[in-house]
Amino acid sequence: MIVTLSHYLFLAGILFSISILGIFLNRKNIILILMAIELMLLAVNINFIAFSYYLGDLAGQVFVFFILTVAAAESAIGLAIIILIFRNYQSIDVADINRLKE
Amino acid sequence: MKLINLYSLIPMAPLLASVFIGLFGRKLPKQLSHIIPIFGVFVSLLISLYALYISVNGYVFNENLFRWITVGQYDLKIGFLIDNLSAIMMVVVSFVSLMVHIYTIGYMRDDSGYSRFFSFISLFTFAMLMLVMSNNFLQLFFGWEAVGLVSYLLIGFWYQKPTAIHANMKAFLVNRVGDFGFLLGISLILFWFGTLDYYEAFSRINSLSNQNVVLFNQSLSLMTLISILLFIGAMGKSAQIPLHVWLPDSMEGPTPISALIHAATMVTAGIFMISRMSPIIELSDTALSFILIIGSLTALTMGILGIFQNDIKKVVAYSTLSQLGYMTIALGVSSYSLAIFHLFTHAFFKALLFLGAGSVIIGMHHDQDIRNMGNIKKYMPITWITFLIGTLALVGMPFFSGFFSKESIIDAVKLSNHFGSNFAYFCSVAGVFITSLYSFRLYLLVFHGKENWKKNNTSKSIAHHGLKSNQNPHESDWVVTVPLILLAIPSVIIGYLLINQVITTDLINKTVFIASGHDAFLNLADHFHGALSMSIHGFLTLPFWLMVAGFFTAYFIFYKKYIRLTAPKFINTIINARYGFDTLNEKVLAPLVLFFGNILWKFFDIKIIDNILVNGTARLINIFSQTTKKIQTGYVSQYAFFMVLGLLGFASFFIIGWIK
Repeated sequence: MIVTLSHYLFLAGILFSISILGIFLNRKNIILILMAIELMLLAVNINFIAFSYYLGDLAGQVFVFFILTVAAAESAIGLAIIILIFRNYQSIDVADINRLKE
Repeated sequence: MKLINLYSLIPMAPLLASVFIGLFGRKLPKQLSHIIPIFGVFVSLLISLYALYISVNGYVFNENLFRWITVGQYDLKIGFLIDNLSAIMMVVVSFVSLMVHIYTIGYMRDDSGYSRFFSFISLFTFAMLMLVMSNNFLQLFFGWEAVGLVSYLLIGFWYQKPTAIHANMKAFLVNRVGDFGFLLGISLILFWFGTLDYYEAFSRINSLSNQNVVLFNQSLSLMTLISILLFIGAMGKSAQIPLHVWLPDSMEGPTPISALIHAATMVTAGIFMISRMSPIIELSDTALSFILIIGSLTALTMGILGIFQNDIKKVVAYSTLSQLGYMTIALGVSSYSLAIFHLFTHAFFKALLFLGAGSVIIGMHHDQDIRNMGNIKKYMPITWITFLIGTLALVGMPFFSGFFSKESIIDAVKLSNHFGSNFAYFCSVAGVFITSLYSFRLYLLVFHGKENWKKNNTSKSIAHHGLKSNQNPHESDWVVTVPLILLAIPSVIIGYLLINQVITTDLINKTVFIASGHDAFLNLADHFHGALSMSIHGFLTLPFWLMVAGFFTAYFIFYKKYIRLTAPKFINTIINARYGFDTLNEKVLAPLVLFFGNILWKFFDIKIIDNILVNGTARLINIFSQTTKKIQTGYVSQYAFFMVLGLLGFASFFIIGWIK
């Protein structure tokens, strides 16, 4: 079986969809949301690399490096926020953190 | 100095004085409260005399001071028109105002509202001068409303007296009725003539004189409609039947303003206005007859009421109503000059009578009931002599000023051929008898006879005012008597001096327009052979003998009480109810208005505006937000879901568009 561009795009699409579902079907853990966001970024990275390979343009792969860096920083900040939330609420349950409506 | 700047000082000087005293009067020494307004009015008087001099020499001044409002094609300006008519009015207003200012020093000496009173009467002088000097309808209306406002403020000057508050409210409301007609008249003028400037409007009359308008499916001459609407305004301000009801009640105010506002100047604004509008009024015989009949009714019926009053000021007030009726009669027979001439002489002698009455009131310690007076001539000689002069002028004794103006009006009515002039002639001649009757009754009861305050009767103890039986009145201060003397002089001589100019040399007549066919006034000039012969002939005429008859009737019935008249009961009822106008207003018209007002209030205000429009909007927003706020759960995951949903929506929108 020849692996074509569309296979990669399908894979990335499925990954992205899973991560979205992970965000809004998740009712328990805020860390899961963070992980789902990471997964979204990975799906995008797969798209970048696939296009970079098939179009012969290295710029896409360079972008991936940037995204990885930013994702690392972002997850660090995200974890820090989660720790602060835990300190304030004594919980990281999504259902408890609904003060935005007030 | 340009003339316009000089003339603009005439109204500005009292205005500045009024504002200054109104703002700072209480903090300044008491003397300044009268010195500054008196100076302001004195400046006005001097410039007014100069303006009269210039205008009598034939120069008609008509210039605009500045542009006030520009609305679309209409250009509304502030400006002055100084011809003989307005110059005479200016002199009357500023002279009487100056006299009243000086008099007030004595009359209001111990009042806590001393500076407030001076501020108000100066403001009144400003407003009245703006009214008479105006060269356009809008400024006229401004002055018209401003004098109404100051009249309201001054009638209710003693605002702790419930009767005063009732009276000023009544004056204000009744004047609103008249002003509504006046405003409609001005609106019609603006609509049809396209301008509010007097001269421009009058110059466009010819093209509109046969114009008809449709009102309630009736075709009506435009000029008649405008004239009658304008006259309704004059009826309110000049207290003609049936809008006269406020004037007797306005006597609740301090006496100086009764003299200034409710006798000499403001109430004559309607007479002045109709004279100014003569080019319009003259085109409608219907309106002239209407004016004539209303004036006749007022002159006769209000005089009759004057006979039965016991309050010294009320008698003079009814006399004012009756004399205003005479002026209106003169308007109705197209003799505008005579109306203004009677206004002119009346301003002096009626202000004199009011100020004299005020002086008596001071002497009687604010007891106004003439049944408690008597023999005051012994204690207040200057007041007595001046009051007698005023009375003689009022009843039309030959050689006194009132004789010339009133006699001319009666002659003009006799010569007139307007519809209703026979009725007017009857009313004006009978009015002479009535005038003489109530005037001499007042004079005899107040200044002659027994000293009634020495009797202990009940009406005094109720009023908390008045002399005790061991006290005597004494003559008022010079600030009170000097204005009396200064007003008594013109009350005697001004008619004799001016009658010739008024009738033969067109002193006022050249500023008004008289249509051909309405030549009562012109015919009068043919019969006129000088002031002296008119006075001597005056001793032979019917009005003179009626006047003498009035004197003897008053002498025998009210003074000597030889004849005790017991009028039938229904006549007493009518007189006591003052023909029932007050009852009609308070029992029928006011409840009717209240009834409709309540309907409008309960249905339109509360149901529609409050409930549906104002609260309904709020309720709708509330319902909307109650529903939509449920979207806001506070869960981050749901927000993310909606974000993605929105993103998807946009993406599909563009992708579908791109595919197509």
